[in-house]
Amino acid sequence: MPILAVALAIATGAIIIAFSGSSPVDAYKALIDGSLSDSKSIGRTLEKATPLVMGGLAVAFAFKAGLFNIGGQGQLVFGALIAGAVGYGITGLPWIIHTPLALLAGAVAGALWGAIPGILKASRGAHEVITTIMLNFVALNMTDWLASKVWREEGVIVRTPHIEESAEIPRWGEIPTGFLLAVVIAFVCWYLLRSTTFGFEIKSVGLNPNAAHYAGISVKKIVILTMAISGLLAALGGAIETQGVVGRYEPGFNAGLGFEGITIALLARTHPLAVIPAAILIGAMEAGGSMMQFKADVSPEITDIIQALILIFVATPIIVRWFLSQKEANELSVSTTWGSS
Amino acid sequence: MSSNTLALEATGISKTFGNVIANDQINLEIKKGRIHALLGENGAGKSTLVNILFGLYKADSGTVRVDGKTVDLGRPKDAIDHGIGMVHQHFQLVPVLTVAENIVLGNEPSNKANVVDIESAKEKVRELAETYQLDVDTEAMVEDLPVGTQQRVEILRSLYRKADILILDEPTAVLTPQETDHLLQVLKKLATQGVAIIFITHKLREVLEVADEVTVMRNGQVVGSTTPAETDESGLAEMMVGRSVVLRVAKEEASPDKTVLKVNNLCVHDDRGILAVNDLSLEVRSGEIFGIAGVEGNGQRELVETITGLRNAHTGQILIGDSSITEFSPRQISELGVAHIPEDREKHGLIGAHSVADNLILNRYYKTPFSNNGIRQQKAIADYATEMVEKFDIRTPSIETPSSSLSGGNKQKAIAAREFSHDAKLLVASQPTRGIDVGSIEFVHQQLIQQRDQGLAVLLVSAELDEILSLSDRIGVIYRGSLIVTENSTDLDRNRIGRIMTTGSDST
Repeated sequence: MPILAVALAIATGAIIIAFSGSSPVDAYKALIDGSLSDSKSIGRTLEKATPLVMGGLAVAFAFKAGLFNIGGQGQLVFGALIAGAVGYGITGLPWIIHTPLALLAGAVAGALWGAIPGILKASRGAHEVITTIMLNFVALNMTDWLASKVWREEGVIVRTPHIEESAEIPRWGEIPTGFLLAVVIAFVCWYLLRSTTFGFEIKSVGLNPNAAHYAGISVKKIVILTMAISGLLAALGGAIETQGVVGRYEPGFNAGLGFEGITIALLARTHPLAVIPAAILIGAMEAGGSMMQFKADVSPEITDIIQALILIFVATPIIVRWFLSQKEANELSVSTTWGSS
Repeated sequence: MSSNTLALEATGISKTFGNVIANDQINLEIKKGRIHALLGENGAGKSTLVNILFGLYKADSGTVRVDGKTVDLGRPKDAIDHGIGMVHQHFQLVPVLTVAENIVLGNEPSNKANVVDIESAKEKVRELAETYQLDVDTEAMVEDLPVGTQQRVEILRSLYRKADILILDEPTAVLTPQETDHLLQVLKKLATQGVAIIFITHKLREVLEVADEVTVMRNGQVVGSTTPAETDESGLAEMMVGRSVVLRVAKEEASPDKTVLKVNNLCVHDDRGILAVNDLSLEVRSGEIFGIAGVEGNGQRELVETITGLRNAHTGQILIGDSSITEFSPRQISELGVAHIPEDREKHGLIGAHSVADNLILNRYYKTPFSNNGIRQQKAIADYATEMVEKFDIRTPSIETPSSSLSGGNKQKAIAAREFSHDAKLLVASQPTRGIDVGSIEFVHQQLIQQRDQGLAVLLVSAELDEILSLSDRIGVIYRGSLIVTENSTDLDRNRIGRIMTTGSDST
């Protein structure tokens, strides 16, 4: 069904492009050109997809425990900033130590930041949607302040100094190594949820917290740990971005990236492995968007519209079902009531 | 009122869901002014049949005649138009509206400006309540009413819509014994006024008490029709299950040993912070069943939740063996050897979306052989689940089936299988047979006695007085959070317990 939602969004997007006076065929050709045509553009697509995989995993993972982490943006900028600080601040280390150290520092920062809404929920019952949204603002302002006052590079631009070469994540040919790392982490998440007792506890809490409590699972512990891991995942996306793409932390560079995780997780139906293709799809649109403007004279915002349409179609399966067929919709409603004898 | 004219006649009704035959060539005759009990185990097809009669499902074949005329019941509105009303197991009321508003909802009397005329609505409801002698406060908010009264509102709503055929789907499953008695009186009264009543239940005593006619279903078919005069409880049970059923478990004299559970002067608050358990003390020894009788809502739930660690004690002490457990987590209490069959199997007992296998190990998933260094051992889990499904006769398509799709009886069997295999020294069983069929009840009762004989201490809490009486060795009657009387079960009779349950006093 998500595939159908994507197809519907692309078709609707074509109509909008046509209305704006351009050729949809040319536009989509340019989009593919800019994102999938050669190894260079594929590399760019994967580069764009990397923080999306991590953001998608962050949302999907929290969702398994019944938690909605909207704080990906804040967690991501924290990870990006701390990785940047460790990346430039510590010198003289070999890369084999420095690179993972900076990644780890960013991840831990995100985990601690992510744990805060978990602790608030477990101890005071504060809803994580509210607290994560509010903590986004706190995180943005705190990182702005740290980047402009504490770890600022000399000069007019507010940003941290460029990280040491020993902290940079290299490319593997055109393929960004950070993407491979994200894929490995997606598999780790999948395995954790599927095959470990910890994963079983997380899913139990998400599916029925009362029964989980009855079964002796500490619901509070799981809530805090899950939020910490979710924050860690989002922050790692920021750290990889700093160490593999941007080279430093610069406020505004990652704007909005953390929120795309919600789109990705929805598109992937919160399955950790499905997050990968979902992120590549959105990454390709972002990578190809500028080529679309350049070659077909379509504003790159059209890709935002298509993304929004995908989200709408995924989030409202009823529209897609209506496209499928009226009859099936009826059958479905009957099958949900059966079994109540 | 002539009692032999047919109000409703269904012929050859069949309905399949996928490859499950829910109804197979059902014939049913409902007479005016009669109470017709539809009896059968869970999954026998009773609910499917009445849902067809009320237009919620469409039959694959068959005809329905109302007052001799063939009717098409495509949707509930058709059924209502033909004078059929239904009271669902889960009430379809708007909690924040008043009784009168709920009753007229959908057919509101309106004035010339097309505005709801609430005064005339109240008046009509009052008239109706008077006609059928069903007392309700028309101004009361539905959410403030006890369950039994809410049900009366449901019945009134059907009558307001001029129903003369009333379907009640397991109406007594949610009621206290007093409310049940009251409902049965109401049904009798309605019948004398000419209403035809279809009454679904699997409680045999109720059938014998009120029904004029009984139709028994099994596996989607009608297996027999009878009248209370022609049969008794064991006869009905045998028809339902298809074999003879032991309704009262035979048990030996208990041989209680050392004290396993000791509760001293316990006080517990409920969710609203009101004292629910008030200075309660009790003792359960190994090898005995201690039954707590009482009208629901007298602190039973809070007591059980505190003993099992789901709720915090206010004051007082709970000892399991030698450990004081008031500060213990549910996990720590479980590790002490406490098994718990919870009152609400959907809310606490099972994780519906998890497989049957995962639910069977819900209290042990983290232990060997089911987990090894934090990695789930799928084969050990599957082997164990297969063994349990076999041993406890849990009817499920596979061990991977989500537990939510099992019938109520099989869900309860799965919980019983898990808790009885816990190797426990204390079992806290709360409403262990609520809403399950006769065959499953028999099974759970036999297991309880068997476990007792092997030295388990059992604390049994039930709203079913018969269950308490037939299983318990000692009985405590709870009233407003305190045990009023604690005696050997042989020294207490049904009437005396009923009196203490409702009045809190033992004096006559």
